Amino acid sequence: MKQKILIAFFILLSSMMSTTLMAATPEASMLANTCAGCHGTNGSSVGPASPTIAGISVDYFIETMEAYKKEERPSTIMSRIAKGYTEEEIERMAKFFSQQAFIRQPQTYDAKLASRGKKLHKKYCEKCHEDGGTSSEDDAGILAGQWQPYLRYSMDDFTSGNRSMEKKMKKKVNSLQKDHGDAGIDALIHFYISHK
Amino acid sequence: MSNINRRHFLTLAGGTIVATAIGFPMISFGAGKHVVVVGGGIGGATAAKYIRMADPSIEVTLIEPNKTYHTCFLSNEILGGVRDMKSIAFGYAGLKKHGVNVIHDLVTAIEPDSRKVRIKSGKAIGYDACIVSPGVSFNWDAIEGYDASVAEKLPHAWKAGAQTRLLRDQIRAMKDGGTVIIVAPPNPFRCPPGPYERASQMAWYFKNNKPKSKIIILDSKDKFSKMGLFTAGWERHYGFNTNNSMIEWIAGNAGGKVTGIDAKNMTVIGGVDFDADVINVIPPQKAGKIAFVADLVNKKGWCPVNQATFESSRHKGIYVVGDASVASPMPKSGYAANSQAKVCAAAVIAKLNGREAPVPSYVNTCYSILTPDDGMSVAMVYRLGDKGKIIKVKGSGGLTPKDASAIIRQREVAYAHSWFKNITHDTFG
Repeated sequence: MKQKILIAFFILLSSMMSTTLMAATPEASMLANTCAGCHGTNGSSVGPASPTIAGISVDYFIETMEAYKKEERPSTIMSRIAKGYTEEEIERMAKFFSQQAFIRQPQTYDAKLASRGKKLHKKYCEKCHEDGGTSSEDDAGILAGQWQPYLRYSMDDFTSGNRSMEKKMKKKVNSLQKDHGDAGIDALIHFYISHK
Repeated sequence: MSNINRRHFLTLAGGTIVATAIGFPMISFGAGKHVVVVGGGIGGATAAKYIRMADPSIEVTLIEPNKTYHTCFLSNEILGGVRDMKSIAFGYAGLKKHGVNVIHDLVTAIEPDSRKVRIKSGKAIGYDACIVSPGVSFNWDAIEGYDASVAEKLPHAWKAGAQTRLLRDQIRAMKDGGTVIIVAPPNPFRCPPGPYERASQMAWYFKNNKPKSKIIILDSKDKFSKMGLFTAGWERHYGFNTNNSMIEWIAGNAGGKVTGIDAKNMTVIGGVDFDADVINVIPPQKAGKIAFVADLVNKKGWCPVNQATFESSRHKGIYVVGDASVASPMPKSGYAANSQAKVCAAAVIAKLNGREAPVPSYVNTCYSILTPDDGMSVAMVYRLGDKGKIIKVKGSGGLTPKDASAIIRQREVAYAHSWFKNITHDTFG
């Protein structure tokens, strides 16, 4: 009897310890709400620079946050923030934002550049950033309607070598630059921001 | 004073009245619960919006005397001449679209036993939960010769709006070669990096318009928020640590403590006396007035709360968010108020639906802008610790690195402006 009580006591104690020592994971909306101050309510940024993360693919979100955590992807502030979340928390946020609608805001663009960019997109980017860069099904970032400065910073980081590219992308970006120079990237950006 | 209950109040506020079969008027809100939010700053407005977004069955009434709110954050850019007053002004139309009843009136009492809020025009409004976002008020006794009426001439500009405009106009009217004194407050206070960003923004304006002018910060402290980054930035842009520095910072232990103001002679009195052309006193702070009226403060003048829910430790059913609450290690910042308000909103929703409060998560992000091309940030992720206190998540957060490139610092400014647009839209939109 004494032993049974003792065992029961230990079970109780260990369960108490596990709940106090292992911090419970907040629910998805609780975690996601902390992002809204910079990325907009439910992840749709009203600009002018921080990217919209609504509608993002689960895999791409997780990959991005893990890369920030390990400082494998350059950032101003995101590495410092990403380090505050566990794998499970990041998964929950990923799921939450993947289910939100990407709400676009109008941006000023050059129509001529945008139409040139449309052709370049088809040739160099569409294979992975499907449907004119609107899709997240391909697990690549949504480009259409993304904020201009963010697109610009991202391309600067890619082309300067500060941010690594997947093999396929590297090949495409290299040939885009070879064929069209920086003007080609400029045209692409105008195509993406022209999306309404 | 008339005492109307919630049902009558809602009728007055425009609730739909439908006649029942037996002819009694009834409100179509049914058995919905009612949350009253006191104060329409960042904390109050965010809480009101997020309750409505997550549970539209809850009626939310926000009571705020002013029709326009001016954000304190980024108001320093107005002094720098790079932002206009209109851009920091926000109304309450966005909250109304979320179905929040907005009443422009002053709360004169909160009665936790009868669960009523009294307003100046004489009504009493019942609540199931009351969220108070009092902001800060000033310790007018702390500096001799500086009180609310003197502040009409020597602005604090620590509540944005008319005070910001006054300080801007004084700087614009000042002669080239004049001196501005900023009196920085002791901890804790709203926006810890704010006084130093203010000096930076004033310096930006002077550099472009009145390059012989000087800014002296008289501090009661011996160190300050983002100190290394600020002083490095001042070295880059404003000659700090040279004989020709535009900004001078005098620590508390070096004579920076200010004890009095002689407004007539434009003299700041302390360890050393200083004459100035413009004097900006940021007084020591405590919770906003309603927190004192409603008995929500501790001996130090701030509001102790259950940090998992922001329910007052002094009165059940009343919640306090934002600058007035004791939420250390979170700073008194706009982002913190926004983040706390969401945690509080979720806790209140859970409570009114008979559920346990959810596990909280909090973030703070503060930007400071040195020049239009040079900015910096501090961030931190927080969670609830074992002892029920907010703690920093180990390994997270921190400052812009000291060795950040000019490109990164330029991006910080772009992201600061983006932060501004998104947090204000998240709060009022």
